[in-house]
Amino acid sequence: MPAAEKSRDNSGNDNGRHARTGHRDRMSDTSGWGRFRRSEAATGLSLISLPGAYVIFLLAVPLFTVLLTSFYTDGTNDAGVKAVLPILTGENYAEVWTSPIYRALMLRSLGISMSVTLATVILAYPVAYYVSFYVAPSKKSLWLFLITIPFWTSYIIRVFLWKVVLGYNGVFSSLLTETGILAEPISFLTNGGVAITITLAHAYAPFAILPIFVALEKIDRSYLEAGQDLGETKWTTFLRVTLPLSMAGVIAAAMIVFIPTVGDYVTPDLMGGGKYPMIANAMEIQMLKLRHQALGSALAVSAMGIVAVVTVVFLLCNRRFLRGSSR
Amino acid sequence: MKSLQAKSLLLPIYAVAYLIFLYAPILLLPVFAFNDSVILSFPLGGFTAKWFGVMWQDEQLWNALKNSLIVALATAAFATVLGLLAARATTRFRFPGKGGMLGLIMLPLVLPEMILAMSLLVVFLGIGLNMSILTVILGHVLFTTPLAVAILSSAFQSLDKSLEEAAYDLGETPASTFRLIILPLVMPGIVSSFLICFTVSLDEFIIAYFLSGTDTMLSAYIYGQFRFPANVPKVMALGTILVLLSICLLALAEYTRRRGIARTGGKSSGGFL
Repeated sequence: MPAAEKSRDNSGNDNGRHARTGHRDRMSDTSGWGRFRRSEAATGLSLISLPGAYVIFLLAVPLFTVLLTSFYTDGTNDAGVKAVLPILTGENYAEVWTSPIYRALMLRSLGISMSVTLATVILAYPVAYYVSFYVAPSKKSLWLFLITIPFWTSYIIRVFLWKVVLGYNGVFSSLLTETGILAEPISFLTNGGVAITITLAHAYAPFAILPIFVALEKIDRSYLEAGQDLGETKWTTFLRVTLPLSMAGVIAAAMIVFIPTVGDYVTPDLMGGGKYPMIANAMEIQMLKLRHQALGSALAVSAMGIVAVVTVVFLLCNRRFLRGSSR
Repeated sequence: MKSLQAKSLLLPIYAVAYLIFLYAPILLLPVFAFNDSVILSFPLGGFTAKWFGVMWQDEQLWNALKNSLIVALATAAFATVLGLLAARATTRFRFPGKGGMLGLIMLPLVLPEMILAMSLLVVFLGIGLNMSILTVILGHVLFTTPLAVAILSSAFQSLDKSLEEAAYDLGETPASTFRLIILPLVMPGIVSSFLICFTVSLDEFIIAYFLSGTDTMLSAYIYGQFRFPANVPKVMALGTILVLLSICLLALAEYTRRRGIARTGGKSSGGFL
């Protein structure tokens, strides 16, 4: 029996069994509602409705609430308790954008985030390149697994361990003084920025390696042979073929590292000991300690806005690498 | 010739050095956990296992661990169910608003955790919800669902659509086809999603710290201990155990995921993310 006839036979006999293969039983449907109910779109929508409702109520609504709260006023309610009063105002933003403290914190957060991103991507690229081009295919998964394991161990403990390594008389310093390389113990923590950058570059390493690795894996190896057949050296082939073709991965890696590190809370808190705060620490102080929800929300919205602008500018600057790379 | 060889060695040496950089802090955990001194520096004191005993007798720790285990189990279960629905819907069906919906579901992956925690806090306080284990679960499900969707999408993508069609032709209903054909084939993805969400929830700090109220979570407990230098070796002992546990869980997750891909006839490529 030809396939087409068979499928029509089936849809005639056991109507309803094909609810998931909408294109087949369209013939047996009469009403428009029935057709919709059996269609692909209806099944898809009904499946997505639960996770969709969850993110709408617990992500979209809260984000919108933060946006709204940022225009409200911090004050005290009738019972004398600190609360957000629904009086519309632009004062929170005025304070966030004119205060030299918040400007300094925002600039520091952006500066640290950018140096972390740069350091992480530059350090990660050769590793991704090595795993993609030199490691035997059967060993690649093992390498990726080894790279991701440290990332799955408690973040707070890892940050704290960096403090132990870098601190005054810490592991690094005591090893150097014990072996006689250094006469006096040193501390990296006196410069909060450096300590925070090292710790974050370590924490986000796998996030940078994986997208670059994926982009490198997609490169057709015959392009490289073609480059060398046309007289390029290994180095110029890398610069003119491999690097541009892997830029989509590099850009993805940069964004994956940049966006969350701007809002990092734990590392500046533990490494800087409260003396080297970033923007997220200021948000925590406003939200939890001082209970200034409106001001805290304005800080959060401003920070997200700045991150979004930086990200968009970064993407626009690199758009020639992203065009046509979506394979 | 010799210089060429030296050049080709440079990259592997760098890669190994990088791995050492990645593992260095974690390798210090057991060193200080068995070190007979409250000061974490070299030269080390004598060998001792007493910190594990101190850890074992800490009531607060057990309480925090209990809270975190409840949260992690609930989170893993809910996130995997939501991930299963979303992954199935987006890999198999076309429907209006699919891109936007998937984008919203995956958004927590790129939002700073602080923003997630803050926005949930504002809403929960606004509707008068008391902070407890429940609010942490709500936050963690939001945070881990994108991971579940990513893992399960790859499981569904490697699924051959003709297997499902064959089941329909043999007279199975959509429900029985899902139960008999699709579920067993994506089961390794489900297991791996569950384990990953569990591990991430157990480790997560910001949401757990903002939304837990008086129910202390394990990560917040650890954070609090760092304020008291005398308690730090105990945390090193705890950290050693946690690292071993997460490596076991991850190895298990990776093993089941690979087996699942092999079973559906696909090729393993890459790791979790």
